[in-house]
Amino acid sequence: MTIYPDLVICEHCDAVYQHHALAKGQMAACTVCGSVLYQGHAFNVRQRLALAVTAAVAFLIANICPVITINLHGLESHTTMWQAAIALAQGDAAPIAVPTAAVAVLVPFLQIALLIWVLWFAQSGRRAPGFTSAMKMLGILRPWSMVEVCMLGILVAVIKLSSLVQVYPGAGIWATAGLMILMTLVAGRDVSQLWSLTRPAAAAPA
Amino acid sequence: MRDGANARTVPRAGELGLIGCHVCNAVCADAGHAVAHDVPVGVCPRCGHHLHRRRPDSLRRAAAYLIAALILYVPANLLPVMYTTFLGSGFASTIFGGIIDFWTSGSYGIALVIFIASIGVPCVKFAIMGLLLVTCQRKSTWARPERTRMYRLVERIGYWSFLDVVVVAIVSSLVEFHQLSETQPRVGILFFGAVVILTMLSAMSFDARLIWDDEEA
Repeated sequence: MTIYPDLVICEHCDAVYQHHALAKGQMAACTVCGSVLYQGHAFNVRQRLALAVTAAVAFLIANICPVITINLHGLESHTTMWQAAIALAQGDAAPIAVPTAAVAVLVPFLQIALLIWVLWFAQSGRRAPGFTSAMKMLGILRPWSMVEVCMLGILVAVIKLSSLVQVYPGAGIWATAGLMILMTLVAGRDVSQLWSLTRPAAAAPA
Repeated sequence: MRDGANARTVPRAGELGLIGCHVCNAVCADAGHAVAHDVPVGVCPRCGHHLHRRRPDSLRRAAAYLIAALILYVPANLLPVMYTTFLGSGFASTIFGGIIDFWTSGSYGIALVIFIASIGVPCVKFAIMGLLLVTCQRKSTWARPERTRMYRLVERIGYWSFLDVVVVAIVSSLVEFHQLSETQPRVGILFFGAVVILTMLSAMSFDARLIWDDEEA
């Protein structure tokens, strides 16, 4: 079976278009249903790799340093997103701890790890070992990555608690905010462009 | 952008004997076997995933997830999501109760944010997915661009409802002062989380191209 690299199909209505190279910031939209077909590459592979490594650093800080510290009459308590997920694992509601830990910590971690892996090899136009599985995995993980929801949740929790106790934002909150921005930049839909930017091991790099 | 204007001038994959891979978006040649639209017609030469003209069992799966979510939405709203003790006295709060608390204490903005995420978003998702499933089952040609836009909205806003789960998690991990004050999650949050996950699965199973399929497709 053949592939037509110069064609693109709208995923929402099946309309077929010719693929045209776009400049940075440009976007091709389907004229039938209005969906975004593809975008001009905002970053090249090396820039994207740098952002992914930055995201890894932000992820580490966000998950090691407390996001919130509270103080009630001299008693202190602090938490990270990971500890927050663990705190759900009590009583009847315990099973919800698993998806919460997944969307808040595990999925972003896997996304960053897989991105760094494929981007490292993509620098020289190569496909990393396990490239196909990694790309499939990135596609499956993307809708389940909820760093921005966690960020809003942290802010809501700050406001909720501030009427009862003293609340201090920790370093983790800033790292989570940074991670949120970095994830939208590196782990978006346009990761699939790596399919066309790399060549399979068998073929000579273009 | 209107239906009818461009829908006739832009060819569709099926008409050209093409098929788009769900996984890697490669445009592949459709071998053209006369089989149902959700039966695999080969494997993608790029990523090796099965090629389907439409997602398998799309409407049935999306409907099943949606109905399950609707059922669980009842206990999610009726049962308490959190239990707080403060200086010996304890009280349970539901999702709606939490919104009312914020509203009466004057935090209108935050009450609105939680209302939108916990009640607005799920209800919009139920309404839109229900509408899409019914209209696609009937192969309706009504408002196709608008219905596609509705689907994109559902895809985009879907996960924000997880907000309440995150808030309960953070609060119950922080407020752990034993005799003085403690918060614990309650089973309502499990149902609520399940609703969010099920509605997301419903939207993912739905194949938006079915909105544009006529009888022949």
